[in-house]
Amino acid sequence: MTRAYDEERLGELLRLLRPAPVGWVQAAQELPAARRSMDEIVARAEADLAFREALIADLEIALEQAGYEPDRRLLDELRKRLA
Amino acid sequence: MGQPPALTDAELVQRCREGDPDAWAELVNRFSRYVYAVCVKGFRLGDEDAEDVFQEVFTRVYTRLDTLRDDAAVRPWIAQLTRRLCLDTLASGSREQPSDIELTPEQERTLEELDEAFDVREALAVLPEPCQEILDRFFARDQSYRTISAELDLPSGTIASRIARCLRKLRDELEGRSGPSEGSRE
Repeated sequence: MTRAYDEERLGELLRLLRPAPVGWVQAAQELPAARRSMDEIVARAEADLAFREALIADLEIALEQAGYEPDRRLLDELRKRLA
Repeated sequence: MGQPPALTDAELVQRCREGDPDAWAELVNRFSRYVYAVCVKGFRLGDEDAEDVFQEVFTRVYTRLDTLRDDAAVRPWIAQLTRRLCLDTLASGSREQPSDIELTPEQERTLEELDEAFDVREALAVLPEPCQEILDRFFARDQSYRTISAELDLPSGTIASRIARCLRKLRDELEGRSGPSEGSRE
């Protein structure tokens, strides 16, 4: 099917796809690194009982002390994986 | 002359599977506007829900890329995933099942238009960089002639004519394709 486009219609369609918020895009682009951090944390928690207990006692503080930036998504995912 | 061809969707998916971080960033970039628009314009989710769906879409794409049977089909896969997650979100806020949620005719129309808009953006991506830039700034970022002129260092009196010329190129590109619904580069 071939559609005819006039300039007004093209303008309308271009307006529909506005940039997503920069922070959202950046977080999605950083997913591979975030997944690696998560895998590291889980592996360490499996190997180090004291670290695991610290995570369970206060996830956010334990992560901060271990040098990770505990954003909401990381915390949610870790809670699921450590449960 | 248009831009040198960017990676096709299938090539991009293949590179993501190989662990290329630049390819992943490009994949997010390529689909981010569409996913965002489906959430906020198609399903009218609030910011917080839209952000959750947005991140979940890309998380699932990243973690399930190996399950995609046809690499060239990443776009319909992402579209379907986004719609399903939006419906799940709407359902979780009511007592309905996702399958019970009915979109209004206006929402259905908006979703169709977003697909058409994506075709237009794909066509835009093969135009020369200055055309991509000026059309995106004017239409998608709402920048004024004055801002565009200042930021691109162009005489302000030429902005309107440049926009008109780029729109004609965009139209020619679209009309040179077999049709918007078949317009991806795969």
